[in-house]
Amino acid sequence: MSDDAVKIPPAVSGVGGWLDDRFHGARGVRVLMRKVFPDHWSFMLGEIALWSFVILLLTGTYLAFFFVPSMQDVVYHGSYTKFDGLTMSQAYESTLRISFDIRGGLLVRQIHHWAADLFMVAIFAHMLRVFFTGAYRKPREINWLIGVVLITLGMLEGLFGYSLPDDQLSGADLRITEAAFQGIPVLGTYISYFLFGGAYPGTSIVPRMYIIHVLLIPGLILALVAAHLFMMFHQKHTQMPMKGNTEKNVVGQPFWPYFLLKGQAWFFFIFGALAVLATFVQINPIWLYGPYSPLNISSASQPDWYMGFLEGAMRAMPAWEINFLGHTLTLSVLIPFLLPLGLIMTGMALWPFFEQWATGDKSFHHVNDRPRNAPVRTGVGVGAVCFYGILWAEGSNDVIADHFQVPLYTITWIARFAIIIVPIGAYFVTKRICLALQRKDAAIVAHGYESGIIRQMPDGEFVEIHTPASEEELAVLNAKVVPPALPAPGSSRGSDGNGVPAPGSRGLMGWARGVANRAFQETVEAEDGHGGDGHAEIGHGANGHGANGHEVDGGDHAAVGSGSSSGSGSGSGSEGSAHD
Amino acid sequence: MSEIPEGPHRVIGTPSPTPTAVDAPSSSSSAPAEPPAATDPPDTGHAKRAERLVAALFILAFVAGCGFLAAYVGLEVGQSDIPPGADAVVAALRSNLALGTSLSVALLALGTGSMIWVRHLTPNIEIEEQRHDLKSEPADRAAFQKEFAEGAAISQVTKRPMLRRTMLLATAPLALAPLFLLRDFGPLPGRSMRTTVWRKGLRAVVYGTNRPLRPSDMETPGSMITVIPEGYSDDADALAKAGVILIKFAPGELHVPTVHDGKTQLYGMNWTVDNIVAYSKICTHLGCPVALYEQTTHHILCPCHQSTFDATEGAKVVFGPAARPLPQLPLGTNSDGYLVALSDFTQPVGPSFWERG
Repeated sequence: MSDDAVKIPPAVSGVGGWLDDRFHGARGVRVLMRKVFPDHWSFMLGEIALWSFVILLLTGTYLAFFFVPSMQDVVYHGSYTKFDGLTMSQAYESTLRISFDIRGGLLVRQIHHWAADLFMVAIFAHMLRVFFTGAYRKPREINWLIGVVLITLGMLEGLFGYSLPDDQLSGADLRITEAAFQGIPVLGTYISYFLFGGAYPGTSIVPRMYIIHVLLIPGLILALVAAHLFMMFHQKHTQMPMKGNTEKNVVGQPFWPYFLLKGQAWFFFIFGALAVLATFVQINPIWLYGPYSPLNISSASQPDWYMGFLEGAMRAMPAWEINFLGHTLTLSVLIPFLLPLGLIMTGMALWPFFEQWATGDKSFHHVNDRPRNAPVRTGVGVGAVCFYGILWAEGSNDVIADHFQVPLYTITWIARFAIIIVPIGAYFVTKRICLALQRKDAAIVAHGYESGIIRQMPDGEFVEIHTPASEEELAVLNAKVVPPALPAPGSSRGSDGNGVPAPGSRGLMGWARGVANRAFQETVEAEDGHGGDGHAEIGHGANGHGANGHEVDGGDHAAVGSGSSSGSGSGSGSEGSAHD
Repeated sequence: MSEIPEGPHRVIGTPSPTPTAVDAPSSSSSAPAEPPAATDPPDTGHAKRAERLVAALFILAFVAGCGFLAAYVGLEVGQSDIPPGADAVVAALRSNLALGTSLSVALLALGTGSMIWVRHLTPNIEIEEQRHDLKSEPADRAAFQKEFAEGAAISQVTKRPMLRRTMLLATAPLALAPLFLLRDFGPLPGRSMRTTVWRKGLRAVVYGTNRPLRPSDMETPGSMITVIPEGYSDDADALAKAGVILIKFAPGELHVPTVHDGKTQLYGMNWTVDNIVAYSKICTHLGCPVALYEQTTHHILCPCHQSTFDATEGAKVVFGPAARPLPQLPLGTNSDGYLVALSDFTQPVGPSFWERG
């Protein structure tokens, strides 16, 4: 503590006082300043998305001053002399102008594009963090749903953004988008004609995408981001399982000054990283692609990364098309267009409610789960990541075939099978790994760490000294909450004693709920370190053990080295000071 | 830094000890849990060094920022502003490099400086905030519900169903109005998706040069060329459907069966001229131009999603997601010996759609 009292600068007393006279803000702003933000590296992922969005707004506004959203044909006579005399749209011409005739235009364009890619990377990473730590649980389901909408909006915003310059690559992407809409039953051709103002490509799509890209979607994203942040602020951030962190508190550093200083540093880092990318790594060099013509295409045409899984789905799909009452149902477009998007987005949106239904867990959760302590969730998440990843890789199958000299069709065939087998396999493997990690945790809680020190006992036996886990470690290791069992049909708890099953466990849904519940129930019981008669662990870290609502089953477990009479007992709470 | 030292018995691969306890200022003071007062870092020597480093980084950021301004003023871009003879692309890339490098250095120096500042110059103080139940007190909830119901009663909404229903009725057409307003976003598709601009006697000209073709212009078997209907080279809407590839075969290679769908011929051998066959260039999967042709296998490949068509067999699908063969354009010659269309395509080109049938 500093000795001198903190001096109040006149700016605070004067201006602050002037404002407080009018708005009565001192108390509220003080609460804001003292707002606690728990610290963990993974909590910064969402912040990357936030700052990327800010940078997108700044750079996008600048670009909008120069971009001409028109498909009016003009003859080019600009700085890029290779295109001299070429007919192109004003959209493409103005993008060339931004790139070659406006100082910093190319830099801002490239920062904007890189920021869009980073924005989506950060959103997905943030979403995975929230999913794998269970941070979407009650009371944060609505914020999770907002996140799902934000991902969808971000994808659309990106698609429309990189389609605006009307270059060869974006035109090809737009063509595919148009054809995908066209494949929708009943309404498809109408949607396509209304969106494009007639037959593809027409002259309406660029101005329409422009207003959607610069006003409609950014406005929605801005509003939802504000709501997202407000809810996070109001409900208080989750925290990681650590010593001192409970469901009743938030521990961390206050907004003022820590979060502001860190946020400032993080903003400059992200902006700086994007500037480095924009300077040294060329992105979307539209002058190399040329203006759009519907009859040109380059090989290895690919969308931006976040659309890649849809592209992969399109590529992996077999040629299925059926005639439905005289109408064409083009499954080879419909399924890859709607199924992965539907599975992933709808699955994400429904997951918190499914988990609540399956576990019957209606309690509040402010302390995050460690992924290993929720094996079903982690398994499903890894399965979903595999599903997405395979589609994503298949979206580059031609590039993979070219680089690794594998036949193109082989890759597609592998993807067609892998898309089903790998996610299912990944689920089971991940679940096993989670349970094995739980087992390891239980062993550490019960016996401590292997110290690597071998000691010879007076009777000649060699034992390895185990070091007990510290209090901090135990707080983490013991932070496992297993959802309560639902009454099983037919069990004494589930029925009313006369064999009538409990409501909610009946029928197909009841059976499904029971199956899901049993999967969620699977866990590793805590080991009982006291089990043996005088086992060899020294300074055994039993503190906290059993105190966190942990069930400790009977003393029938014989610990390693049991039978030796030389152990110093359980040494509970001795923090390892019992041995050298 | 006064971090908790690593435990002496820590084994590699085990978690590191969790730092900072609740409400424990890193200074040795044993002050009770007070709001964080302005405190100084404990190690003044260390703090002094950190301060100098941060200041140096901020000065670097200042210099780099000035560099950005200088690069903006000093490096011209654009054909009209650079010296005659200079390459505008080189100028733009040079400007990008100078502006980008200075901006990157300035931003990263600011970021690094700020990070060192917060990590090494501010004492590590954590505070604890209590969470309160999110749900309201039962009394508050009950009061809210009561007031809400009272308000509804005062408004008469609950008591006068005729008012309620007519109000909803009044808004219904207005709610539909936006849907109606969408109508003029575009024309109705009608039959336009089934037709292209090809018609009987229209010459096929080479895409890019607009030169009409005689069969003798395609002498080498295995050659492929993109043609468009004459007079439509600047009409993107027409080209998006009417692009055609011509492929020349050696005698005997081509065996396009003649196929009818009952009324019209869909494709067939008798539409070829001199072993030249004409297929739509628009992929039947998602509309990309099928631009790749492999001479040895006679496979046409769409580079977008790798639908593969066998050119010798009426462009039937041999791999990939496309469900239909590429439509064949009836090809003939006019009295001058130029390649012409005998009619439009006899089936819709491009991606499938609901009304296609």
